[in-house]
Parts: sequence; structure tokens; C-alpha cells
Amino acid sequence: MTTIAANPADFHGADDHADHKPAFFARWFMSTNHKDIGTLYLIFAICAGIIGGSISGLMRLELAAPGVQYLQGWASMMAGKEASLDEAYHMWNVLITAHGLIMVFFMVMPALIGGFGNWFVPLMIGAPDMAFPRMNNISFWLTVVAFIMLLGSSFVPGGTGLGAGTGWTVYAPLSTSGSVGPAVDMAIFSLHLAGAASILGAINFITTIFNMRAPGMTIHKMPLFVWSVLVTAFLLLLALPVLAAAITMLLVDRNFGGAFFDAAAGGDPVLYQHLFWFFGHPEVYIMILPGFGIVSQIVATFSRKPVFGYLGMAYAMVAIGVVGFVVWAHHMFTTGMSVDMKMYFTAATMVIAVPTGIKIFSWIATMWGGSVSFKTPMVWAMGFIFMFTVGGVTGVVLANGGLDDNLHDTYYVVAHFHYVLSLGAVFSLFAGFYYWFGKMSGRHLSEALGHLHFWFFFIGVNVLFFPMHFLGNSGMPRRYPDYPEAFAYWNQVASWGYVIMGVGVLIFFVNVIWSLLAGRKAEDSYWGEGATTLEWTLSSPPPFHQFETLPVIK
Amino acid sequence: MNMLKSFLVFLALISMPSLASAQTANPVPATVTKEVAAPVASTPAAAVAATADAAPAAPKSMDGSLPGYTPMRPDYENSVGMPKPKEIDFQEQFSENGQYAKWINNSILLPIITLISLFVLGLLFFIIIRFRKAANPVPSKTTHNTFIEVVWTLVPVLILLGIAYPSLDLLAKQFKPAGKEAVTIKVTGYQWYWGYTYPDHGGFEVVSNMLKDEGDAARGERFRTDNDGPAQLAVDNRMVVPAGVPLRIQTTASDVIHAFAVPSLWFKLDAVPGRLNEKSLTITKPGVYFGQCSELCGARHGFMPIAVEALPPAQFAAWVKAQGGAMPGANKPLPPAIAPKGESVAEPTAAAGTATNTDNTAPAAVPTK
Repeated sequence: MTTIAANPADFHGADDHADHKPAFFARWFMSTNHKDIGTLYLIFAICAGIIGGSISGLMRLELAAPGVQYLQGWASMMAGKEASLDEAYHMWNVLITAHGLIMVFFMVMPALIGGFGNWFVPLMIGAPDMAFPRMNNISFWLTVVAFIMLLGSSFVPGGTGLGAGTGWTVYAPLSTSGSVGPAVDMAIFSLHLAGAASILGAINFITTIFNMRAPGMTIHKMPLFVWSVLVTAFLLLLALPVLAAAITMLLVDRNFGGAFFDAAAGGDPVLYQHLFWFFGHPEVYIMILPGFGIVSQIVATFSRKPVFGYLGMAYAMVAIGVVGFVVWAHHMFTTGMSVDMKMYFTAATMVIAVPTGIKIFSWIATMWGGSVSFKTPMVWAMGFIFMFTVGGVTGVVLANGGLDDNLHDTYYVVAHFHYVLSLGAVFSLFAGFYYWFGKMSGRHLSEALGHLHFWFFFIGVNVLFFPMHFLGNSGMPRRYPDYPEAFAYWNQVASWGYVIMGVGVLIFFVNVIWSLLAGRKAEDSYWGEGATTLEWTLSSPPPFHQFETLPVIK
Repeated sequence: MNMLKSFLVFLALISMPSLASAQTANPVPATVTKEVAAPVASTPAAAVAATADAAPAAPKSMDGSLPGYTPMRPDYENSVGMPKPKEIDFQEQFSENGQYAKWINNSILLPIITLISLFVLGLLFFIIIRFRKAANPVPSKTTHNTFIEVVWTLVPVLILLGIAYPSLDLLAKQFKPAGKEAVTIKVTGYQWYWGYTYPDHGGFEVVSNMLKDEGDAARGERFRTDNDGPAQLAVDNRMVVPAGVPLRIQTTASDVIHAFAVPSLWFKLDAVPGRLNEKSLTITKPGVYFGQCSELCGARHGFMPIAVEALPPAQFAAWVKAQGGAMPGANKPLPPAIAPKGESVAEPTAAAGTATNTDNTAPAAVPTK
């Protein structure tokens, strides 16, 4: 177009079409809109969750009874030829590795930070979009490529069989000299990409929250969900580079004759564990802090009360973030560390219970004296509070280095971290989903199906994970495809729990599909007067570009 | 059980049709094929180790007995040293530190964490009853109460201090070094079996492999009997130690990280290549105590169990003799290549350490009877 229209009426002002959406490909594949990118992240996380959850189904199927019943068939399936027993056992390690990595990096993190963070941080602080919209887009697509890399790694050789069988921790030297073949390299590269995506996302969130708050939205007026994402972003920014360094050193050891972790050449395998857990422990708070934020919003909304002890809640998260960086070696109590180190890490770890307790009690105090309505999101949030408490107190047990001598790497640990993740982070995910789905899609979910989903899921995961405490107590180690007869009973119970939970998840999908097809239209502020944050001042769904005139917070 | 399986198959079918149908084609694993993965480590130790694994480990006697030594039958009746079906508690402990640790958990921590969980649950129920919308239509506007916030910060601190005292005390006890008279056993993790070296008794190494069940074992290969222990826990050659005597357990590995763990002794220590970890342990009663590798170490991680047989000192001496070793102080010439290790802990690298070791003990590793 070379001519310029002479008539001023032909000019289009930038604000003329606040709700003008780009065409399909440009909108979804070249997106710079925080809400669309948030939606992409949520869809991606659901897909990854289905894959990661199906893998745990395969594992519970194999573990339902003693003996190795299915692994060899699956391994043969993957290899396209009759698999040996060792290849079948390797397949088990591939399953546990994939389940862990997928759930951590491609389900919980994308959903909580990429999904809800992208959607609601700008809305809650009164910003039109994220600070770096294009960087936001690359963050998402790097995550997708990372996921494809990880899935692809299960089709290439990884040592004894196909795929990376190192566990999500990728400990050297099992991941270096112990796993020949490109699978582990692919998995490591996948972590690099996912890590880079998260670092970019973290920079984006920090910049957005520091610079793009609406007039009057001071740091101490920000909704707690924004606080939680801010703390999480700092954890990501500080922790992920350490992971990137550690796994790069793995790559050097594997491919370029390095010896960072090779004892015979002057390296140290335990060094890798220190680097990994320096990232890995903040990582568990990265997965739970945004959940804390979501639960705070929901509890306040449905109690029709402002959150109790706002400042204490915000700085408890900051404290958890800070202390979370100095407790990492409690994951390594049995590596042969000195008594002084063990005592320090025991004591430091127990300290985390204090800010966590403040949060639990502040949520309860928020409900106390409230006028509480038990809509689906609130039921999930209350489930979160109780289940996270149970997961938290077993964490206090594990914090004791002397007790950990027995419990380390047993099913007690598996129970503990699934209580805080599968019953903590995932409950907060569902709570947030039920809370905001109407806002995001413009359609209501069914309350009845939501409650039904909750009860199936709640009972299911408890039947699934609570017996694991017993298995761990009596000594069943993690990451075992088979076990002595004595462990059969609780394993069978746990597998039944998976079935119950699976029914709950099916109800969830029915609910979502029903809502998208025939759900009632959602009003602007459908949870009523208790919902006080800025996203409820907008339509459901919000306009494609919101807050072109910045709201002023008094 | 069948219902459960078919339900899970159904769920798997929904998610991964091809995989689930594949399992019906292979319902039961055929006989165990013993395929040793290509040795990945290039150290001589690993090479020797692989040979040791491949060599026929079966002694002439099919029950593992030696002249003057018959493997002890595990105490199934009381589930000593092994998991009990439907158990929810820890295994019975056979070391003083283990009993102390179990007591700390069951008498201090478990009541505290149960009470805290029930307290939170009770508060939630109270809220559901008292502060539901129907019961309390007008919400209060309270958002601060300094006193209660100080209380719920300080009370957990006090509880944690209460826990910290016995917890740190336990750590101090666990780290009490074994005395000069302690018996040293060097545990080496290999992919996927254990080696137990007795530097105080001539430096012989006992190689310990999991025993397969009768149907899975190759023809002529020794298979598991009830005398050896439960399936998945029984081994061909146990780690035999004296009961009631302080032990100095040292762990290392030749390839990847393993972890030497025995739940009924409250003992777990990683076996890291290039490191020699050490912890003391005193087993209070003679018996057989089973454990399993507890650090992911590759394909057969789940199939390298541990069996510790604690014997009265006299019987232990007989076992040492049957292994071709000698009790310290006994006036018997040692094999020339072996110098007793004594108190030495540091070794330059595992590669060097285990290489020497395996060389020394190659004859003893594969019992020659």
C-alpha cells in the first residue's frame, strides 16, 4: 500500500478495536496476548497431564500384584521386537523418569505459572499485557519443543533399553557412564529448553509485576496470587541456571570427555547431587507457591472476607522462598555427609515448617468468622489445606536426618511428595481451574459434576497415596518394578486408589466438555461480592485487550 | 484382583491402546534370560566385576552351606529382618540406634503430626458447621490479630525445638565412630550385585547375587529355597557378620551409585564410586536381616537385594575360616598380596580400591569347592 488515505476518518486509532482478534494461525501460533498464551499453556498442561497420568496408570497396573506382568510386553511394543527382561526393567526406569519430568516440568509448572500466571497476573495488577509479549510466546513454544524432545527420547537407545532411565534427578554416573546412547542427551536437552523457557518467563513476570502495576496498586496491595508468582519467578530465576549448569556438565561428561562427576578422573558424583538439589529444592516451592496464591484468593472469595494477615501471608512466602535455598542437602542425607552437615540440614529444614504453618493457620483464620459458601473451588481449596498439612507434617518427619536413614528412597518419601504435589499442587490447580474457568471461557462449569469430581479424586488419591506411608515404613524402596510378596496388600490398595482417582479425572473432562458445549454463560463477577480482585471487574471472557485506560486503585 | 486388573487395563486402553493390548500378548515373562549389559565403565574394576557376574556363581552345595557353616533359616514366624504382610509400622529393629529412632518416630513424631493433622481437620469441620453461609450470614471483617499470629508462629517453633533435641541426639549416636575393636566390612555395589570384603580377616570378598526362583533359574543353577529367604530378598552368599560386636560398614561402588540399606537395622548408606563412606552398626541379636538397593542404579536396580546374617562370634569365626580367611590375631599367614587395612579409610579412588580388591579376592569371590 503506497497511498495514504486523505480522509482522517479512514485512520484507525490503536484503540478502535479493543476486541479485534487476529486470524486463527496468527492468534494461536504467533500470539503475543497474555490470555491466549495462558490458554495455550493450560491446554498444553492438560495434554501433558494426560500423558504423565497415563504413565502412572501403567505403573500402578504393573505394581498391582507382585511379579513382572506387563513390562516386557510394553518394552517389546516400544522396541518393535521381543524385549529381554533387562530391557523390560529398563522400561520401568523410563516410565518413572518420564512420569516425574512430565508432571514437574510439563504439567504443574506450565499450568500454574504459564497458565494461571499469564492469565491473571496482568489482570490482577491492572496491566494491559505482560511486559514482553513476544518473549512470552517464545517461552511457550520452547516448552512445547522441550516436551517433544522428552517424548522423543523414549524411542532412542538409552543404555540397557530405549529411553532415558535415570530418574527425574538424572544422577551421575548413572546418567553419564551408566547410560550409553542419545536418549539421556535428548532428555537433558529437553530440560535445557524447558529451563530456558522458564527463565524467560520468570524475567517476564518480574518485569511485569515491578513495572506494570496500575496506579495505586502498590506492592503491599497486590493480590496474594501475584505475590506468589513474584516469589516463584525469583526462585526460577535463581535456581534454574544452576540446573542448566549441572546438566550441561553432564553433557560434557557424556560427550566431550569431561570428568566433573567421574571419580576415577578426579570428579565427584556427589557434586552433581548438590547442584541438582540446589535447584531441586527451590523447584518444589516453585511448584507449590502459586498454589498457595490461588488458595488464598479462593478462601477469601468464598469466605466473603479479606485474607487474614495479608502481610504475614506475603512474607511467609518470601521466607519459604529464601529458606528453600538453604535446605537442599536433606535430599542427600544418605550420601555419607558429615554429622555437622546432617544436623544443620535437619534443623534448617524444620524451620520451613514455621512459615508454612503461618500460611495454613492464616487460611483457617480467613475462613473463621466468614460466611463461607462451599462452591467447587472452595471445596478444592479446603481439600488442599488439609492434604497439604498431611504432606507437610510427613516432611517434618523426613527432615530428621537420623530418621531419614531408614525412610530415604522408600515409598514414605513417595507418599510425602505426592501429598504435597499430587494432593497439594494438583488440588490448587483444580481449585484455580474451577475458580477461573468461567472468567477464561465465559461459560460456567457444572457445580454438581465439580463436586463429584472432587470426591472421587479426593478419595482416590488418598487411597492411592496413604498406604505408601505404610509401604515406606516397612521398607519398600522407590523405583522398583517388583517387590516381595509382603508388600502386595498395600500396593493393591494403592492401585485401586488410582482407579477411583481416574474416574474423578474422567468426570472432570466430561464437565469441561459439557461446559464448553452447553455451559451457562458466565457473568462478570459470578462468585459475588467476595471476589474483589480486578479480573472480576472485566467481562467473562475479558476483552482481547483490557485496561487500555488503566484502572486506579484507591 | 482380576477386576482391578481388568479395570486398570481398561484405563490403560483408553489412554494407550497399543501398549495395553501388547501386554495381553505377553502375560507372563518367560524364563529369566541372563543378559549382562555391555560393560559401560571402562575401569578395569568394572571389567573384572562383569566377569565375576558372568562366572558361574553357584557353589557345589545347592543350599549355600560350607564346611562348618550352614546358612541360618530366617525367622518367618516373627518376620525378623523382613517386611510383614499388611504392615503399617516399621520393621522390628535389631540395633540400638534403630530402636531409638523407631521410638522417636512412633512415640514423639507420629503423635505430634497426627495431632496437628487432626487439629487442622477439626478446625476445618468447625468452620464448615459454624461459619457456613446459612449459619453465619454476615461475615466478620477481622483481618488482623497480632496475638494469635505470634502464637501460631511461636508454638510451632517450640514444637520443632522439642523434636530437634532427640533428633540431633539420634544423629550424634549414629555418628559415634566404631572403636578400634570393630569389625570392618567393605560393601561394594556393582551393577547389579553386592560384594562384601573383609579386610580384617584376610581381605576375601563375598559376591552376593539375588537368588532366582526355581522356575526362573537356569538348569543346574542354584535357586531360592525358603531357607534362603523370601523371594526378591534372598541371596546366594550373605553378608555374614558377628552379632553384638561393633561393625564398621564401609560402602563404595564400582560403576554407578548404589545404596546399602537394611530396614530392620535402620541402616542406609549410599555406595558412591570414588568414595568410601563409613558408618558404625551393632546388631543386637543373631538373625538374618534383609534389605534392598536403595538408589536407582539401572535396569536391575530392583533385583540386587541384601541379606545380612548376624552370627554369634564363634560361628562367625567358623564362617571366616570356611571362606579361607583368618580371624585377626590368629597366627595364620595371610595371603601374600593382602595387607590388613586396619583403620585406613581414605582411598584414592574406587577404581583403584576395587581393582586391588577384586584382584586379591578373585579366588574367594567364586567359592571353589
